[in-house]
Amino acid sequence: MSLHALLLKWLLGWLLVWIAVPSHAQDLFSRTLPLPEIRSGIASSSIDLQKMQADDFGNPGMLWIERGAKLWSAAPAGQKSCAGCHGDAAQVMKGVALRYPALVRDGATEKLLNLEGRINLCRTTQQRQAAFAFESEELLALTALVAHQSRGQRLTREMDEALKPHFSRAKNLYFTRVGQLNLACNHCHEINAGKRLLQETISQGHGNGYPAYRLEWQNLGSLQRRLRACFSGVRAGIPAFGSEELNGLELFLQWRGEGLSVETPAVRR
Amino acid sequence: MSDIVDGRIQVPASVKAGEAFPVRIVIRHPMESGLRFDNDGKAIPQNTIRRFTARYGGKEVFTAQLGSGVGANPYLQFFVRANQSGEVVCDWVDDRGVTGVVKAMVAVTA
Repeated sequence: MSLHALLLKWLLGWLLVWIAVPSHAQDLFSRTLPLPEIRSGIASSSIDLQKMQADDFGNPGMLWIERGAKLWSAAPAGQKSCAGCHGDAAQVMKGVALRYPALVRDGATEKLLNLEGRINLCRTTQQRQAAFAFESEELLALTALVAHQSRGQRLTREMDEALKPHFSRAKNLYFTRVGQLNLACNHCHEINAGKRLLQETISQGHGNGYPAYRLEWQNLGSLQRRLRACFSGVRAGIPAFGSEELNGLELFLQWRGEGLSVETPAVRR
Repeated sequence: MSDIVDGRIQVPASVKAGEAFPVRIVIRHPMESGLRFDNDGKAIPQNTIRRFTARYGGKEVFTAQLGSGVGANPYLQFFVRANQSGEVVCDWVDDRGVTGVVKAMVAVTA
């Protein structure tokens, strides 16, 4: 074999290796959005919106926190209330939102559940009640109440071995082009974050304020509702509430937004 | 949104006699404009807060008629001057006849 042929073979070999491994998969925990550049969505909101969020009376999301507190201590007939087992939400639910989505044992299987899923699991297995519908007043109020107890705490997430496959799949989805517009999450929320989309400043797409009150919704809504809106926006198939895709994305976003303070209930456009 | 209509009220902990103080209200209400359609194409009937009344010590101090131009979960603020301690009572009724009420005590100091 000539020297040229050997060199070509060596080059081709390396090229194949380079093509086979997507750049972000080389290290599962490599960051395309470096930690010092991470900004909460509230930073690019108008002053009015920032004031609205900071005002614990004027923030409409607080209506749901109050409602959640009532639900927390309301016992279904013949069953214990949330408070009956857990005690005072303000004491025991501190920091809990930082640990979800998490792997939760449900019967024989282990499932990745977000906060909503965890609350509904408690409701069906412990309180023996029908699960709340996704985006129902009750589920939003209870989720907001629990997440609110972590307000001001900073997101940080360690991934153990059991979580890694979920994290890896979600990270792949995050960087995969989807829909008729053929866009991946990072195209808007990293490459073009901070630029304008009509009247809007494109955010970095963090979930630290959810459930959040969005003026567009005129209502409180979950992070999954927001994520589904993005799928719809790029004209892609929309994953179901509580699906592996959305729970996984929540997990990935929590890791991605490391260092951001929880703002629940945040106010967004 | 469900049928539950509730609200929040905020007044200063104590106020000086004769000095105007703010009363702040947030009401949880869909404020349905009557111009929207549901997923089946059926018109959603208008449901807004028709009349809002605030009384201080039984005397009417502020009224408002909110219409379809006001967004969901309206925020209201008005000022009241008082010479003696009393209770602010705010009530409202919407197009379906559902009523709500919030109350707060105001302590007036000389």
